Amino acid sequence: MNTIYLDNNATTKVAPEVLDAMMPYFGELYGNPSSMHNFGGQVGQKIRAAREQAAALIGAQPEEIVFTSCGTESDNAAIRSALVTQPDKKHILISRVEHPAIRALCAHLASQGYRITELPVDKNGILDLENLEKNLTPDTAIVSLMWGNNETGVLFPVEEAAHLAREKGILFHTDAVQAAGKIPINMQNNVIDMLSVSGHKLHAPKGVGMLYIRRGTKFAPFMIGGHQEKERRGGTENSAGIIGLGKACELAAGNLDKENTFVRRLRDKLEKALLGRIAQSRVNGDVTNRLPNTTNISFEYVEGEAILLLMNELGICASSGSACTSGSLQPSHVLRAMGVPFTMAHGSVRFSLSVYNTEAEIDFVIENMPAIIERLRGMSPFWNQAGQACNVQ
Amino acid sequence: MWEYTDKVKEHFLNPQNVGEIENPDGEAQVGSLACGDALKLTFKLDENKRIKDAKFKTFGCASAIASSSALTEMIKGMTVDEAIKITNQDIAQYLGGLPDEKMHCSVMGKQALEKAIENYKGAPAMEAGAKIICECFGVTDKEIQRAIRENNLLTVEDVTNYTKAGGGCGACQDAIAQIIESVRAEAKPDEKPKLTNLQKIKLIEETIDREIRPSLRQDGGDIDIIDIIGDRVLVATRGACATCKAADITLKHFVEHRLKEMVSPDITVEEVSK
Repeated sequence: MNTIYLDNNATTKVAPEVLDAMMPYFGELYGNPSSMHNFGGQVGQKIRAAREQAAALIGAQPEEIVFTSCGTESDNAAIRSALVTQPDKKHILISRVEHPAIRALCAHLASQGYRITELPVDKNGILDLENLEKNLTPDTAIVSLMWGNNETGVLFPVEEAAHLAREKGILFHTDAVQAAGKIPINMQNNVIDMLSVSGHKLHAPKGVGMLYIRRGTKFAPFMIGGHQEKERRGGTENSAGIIGLGKACELAAGNLDKENTFVRRLRDKLEKALLGRIAQSRVNGDVTNRLPNTTNISFEYVEGEAILLLMNELGICASSGSACTSGSLQPSHVLRAMGVPFTMAHGSVRFSLSVYNTEAEIDFVIENMPAIIERLRGMSPFWNQAGQACNVQ
Repeated sequence: MWEYTDKVKEHFLNPQNVGEIENPDGEAQVGSLACGDALKLTFKLDENKRIKDAKFKTFGCASAIASSSALTEMIKGMTVDEAIKITNQDIAQYLGGLPDEKMHCSVMGKQALEKAIENYKGAPAMEAGAKIICECFGVTDKEIQRAIRENNLLTVEDVTNYTKAGGGCGACQDAIAQIIESVRAEAKPDEKPKLTNLQKIKLIEETIDREIRPSLRQDGGDIDIIDIIGDRVLVATRGACATCKAADITLKHFVEHRLKEMVSPDITVEEVSK
């Protein structure tokens, strides 16, 4: 059975070119990049090149890039640095739909005496900038808003939000883990102070990420140790991972057009066909300001985990915001923040594509999804009533 | 990804007895769209008052569908008096077990069965005197009490896994903790045989591991047993507890209280100097 991988917001395939670039550094080229000898120094040179590749993807200077172990570490480093460098400020402003890396960290910080404000979003997942402005206080240490939402793909106007924060002298961080490589980002054209990227979301391996820190931003390291990363992140470099991330950033820069043409077209095709063929289905989140690869569709009267497991039988991989898949009893916090009715949220499926998907794969999914939903609706005690109500209209 | 048994997968992928019986002898619907799973059960008896046919319709995850399918298979051929004895544990066992977080699916099966039999007998559908504790999922005190007794539940988290109560807004978690205490208190008198030293030490260790340590760890703290002399338990606090001013109160009110309750009323807890 072929795997049809439509879960690229969870993680992505390591690009073959990335794997090739990394392999020597798992093998013969094991030198420590900090060493004085050429054997280690040559690895150091490759890391410098990776830093340039990573910086180029987001229009940054190489020295503004700090390599980390993942997106979560980057988020932690950014928020904690803002608190350490401004010890008198105790307020953090985030949104209700942030990734757990931010939400759980802020919940933890709340227990340590920090005040957290979670900005609401509207039914389409859109943030109200006026409301953001109202919540900026002299006590606010940092504003952290995600660029692209992992569940719905909805984009926040982070560049405008960063301006509002900057006017009041407040640091601004964005979790761009989903956005990097999918939409153009140029740090020369905005005033965002810090930005997190994760390797495995853009075809690099797991275990490597980066934090952009705008030149001149005060920074206190989260990981304290050696002088690596200009003393902004201690610990011997993950050479192979960093070199892989550099290569992946270079590829992502080259694939930006393809993401926004080919991938977007496949996503739109999938979305349109499923909405057309399956009654009582709808898209969650704003469809205009959205990552090109993501669609989050709710199928009413069926439950997400059951849908995923039937898709799994056909080799199709996706995710759901249903309670049963989250390990908690409530559906996704993102869908709840948007006021998606529970009845819809339980039956939500997120499809997230990549440049490696093919038209044939999308056609296969379009062909098979209606039967999956129909089969589960046939078992659902709510479907008959609803079906009849639908026919009457 | 949940670790489902082959039997769960089999009943999910090829569920038995999907549908609704026309003019059933007993029927019931439990759960709701909002809470994420719901089950409608119908059954019909033969001339010998045995369940001839049973069918279900379920909205829910794989284990909810599998539990429903298993339940209908299990009750076929039984009298209602035999069927009423089926517990949620029986349903879970029939499926080769369910993940802890999914036990509420088997409880839903048990509830549907009970209500369908009540419906057949013409008895009231709601248990007399039952009071809703969890508003989010509409779980009553009777349901919580029964789940605690039948499954020997110890923590609020256990109760949530089995009944969903407390898994929504969380406002009823204190009430659930009280129900757990009262159920456990009533069970206590006849079960406290004299422990040998070895048993006592083991029980103290188990209690700390299971009941105490998880709560402390949630707050970034921890506790180590240094020695046990008679009924004196000598401990050292770790992590956040070691620097916390309220640690003494925690030791007396929480750790000692729990050990008195679980092991012996004579237990005292002392902290060894840091």
